[in-house]
Amino acid sequence: MKLPIYFDYAATTPVDPRVAQKMSECLLAEGNFGNPASRSHKYGWEAEEAVELARRQVADLVNADPREIVWTSGATESDNLAIKGVAHFYKNKGKHLITSRIEHKAVLDTCRHLEREGFEVTYLEPGSDGIVTPEQVAAAIREDTVLVSIMHVNNEIGVINDIAAIGEVCRAKKVFFHVDAAQSAGKIDIDLEAMKVDLMSFSAHKIYGPKGVGALYVRRKPRIRLEAQIHGGGHERGMRSGTLATHQLVGMGEACRIAKAEMHEEQIRIGALRERLWQGLQDIEEIHVNGSFDKRVSGWLNVSFNYVEGESLIMSLSDLAVSSGSACTSASLEPSYVLRALGLNDEMAHSSLRFSVGRFTSEEDVDYALAKIHLAVNKLRELSPLWDMYKDGVDLTKIEWAAH
Amino acid sequence: MAYSDKVMDHYDNPRNVGKMDDMDDSVGTGMVGAPACGDVMRLQIKVNDAGIIEDAKFKTYGCGSAIASSSLLTEWVKGRTLDEAASIKNTEIAEELALPPVKIHCSVLAEDAIKAAVKDFRAKHAADQQTAVAVGE
Ligand SMILES: Cc1ncc(COP(=O)(O)O)c(C=O)c1O
Repeated sequence: MKLPIYFDYAATTPVDPRVAQKMSECLLAEGNFGNPASRSHKYGWEAEEAVELARRQVADLVNADPREIVWTSGATESDNLAIKGVAHFYKNKGKHLITSRIEHKAVLDTCRHLEREGFEVTYLEPGSDGIVTPEQVAAAIREDTVLVSIMHVNNEIGVINDIAAIGEVCRAKKVFFHVDAAQSAGKIDIDLEAMKVDLMSFSAHKIYGPKGVGALYVRRKPRIRLEAQIHGGGHERGMRSGTLATHQLVGMGEACRIAKAEMHEEQIRIGALRERLWQGLQDIEEIHVNGSFDKRVSGWLNVSFNYVEGESLIMSLSDLAVSSGSACTSASLEPSYVLRALGLNDEMAHSSLRFSVGRFTSEEDVDYALAKIHLAVNKLRELSPLWDMYKDGVDLTKIEWAAH
Repeated sequence: MAYSDKVMDHYDNPRNVGKMDDMDDSVGTGMVGAPACGDVMRLQIKVNDAGIIEDAKFKTYGCGSAIASSSLLTEWVKGRTLDEAASIKNTEIAEELALPPVKIHCSVLAEDAIKAAVKDFRAKHAADQQTAVAVGE
């Protein structure tokens, strides 16, 4: 067993060996290393062929037309291109955007940037289950709204938004709809022919492809236009210049092909592992699941342990690679803004752990984690004066703490 | 975050974990910090008739450095007089545990905790003396 055991598939995934194999065939002199934009020789043609196959593989995963797929460096860039691209192109139509408080920073920070440019942004508050409803979106749309950007699956809690229903609302009101699907593509079915989504962001490294590559779906009918954010040689029909990274794109394509072929079976296996984890945690008192339990992707669990402090919890779980909502583990020294937006207090946000299992997780891994978690929580509660007080029936909210 | 060996030692084997009866006259209790700030320390001392701290116990909700600071403190105060215990400085704790700057507040909290425990003990006995006077009248 390789320690620490990896339970952070939501952060990134290892590359599938089949993907690595395909990528390695596009690097060396004897391989497919050409520039896909070289039109005058076989090296270029072969590289272009590989890139176009990969584009089709991405499109197939979400039932789109390959001509609707624009390559990018990842979901961050896709989010930037979608949101700034639409806002800038349609700025004469309106300067209002709608998003939610629990979007990825790639969306939130892009919106902040647009606010500095004079756009107005409405940030919808999700319910305590982490869900943004179509009704909320409908109520927030104004005359001058040009774009709604709502994520499909939230990266911290794994909760799924009903983007098909939100898409109906946006289309009816003639507002463009962007979806960050970095965490959902390859895990749940997406049918862009049926869904009324205009723009969708993808990332390869969440689905066993390489880091540093992603895609943006840009609908053709009805057509949506974007202002390019990266200028240059006019690649990707002018929407995103830069020499195409054949090996990266081929890697993303292969990752999507595998996801499409194996997703349903894989999700059942991963769902069973998550259930094993959850069942194994049941005997721990005062444990809370963050976000809706039912509307979530199968491999994920975000839980808070009351009366246990987050940083010491992570310290005791050094054999497990998990992510924490604790301030101590974030660059900003703030507890998770996502959990705060769900209404969690600081203590509960601090003591949260996100477990995400994936393709290479085994039952033994889960059992090992369960043993470690029990040990850690018992130890820290044994040490916790708050646990003592809770056990003695003291209401901690009634105590006047001397904040420091 | 890298922890010093001494922090890890106290974290893995915390000394004097426990709870004393805070109604007991020979016990002083100091509870400092707040859950929302991420640390709460409860430090208790048992004082003998000669005014010497015989025993000390703690429980701490907080990060590894907070746990280590309070664990270390229980070791240090045993056998000391109240005045000696109350004069322990947070800098001594921080130095002993090699706390990084972002964790200095843990040692400050530990200093606050022992001061609060001594104060609590003294307050209990000041009350005793007053009632004694009242009875004598
Ligand atoms: C929801 C979401 N959006 C965007 C991103 C950023 O993706 P990338 O790392 O490909 O830029 C991530 C992953 O970190 C994510 O989870």
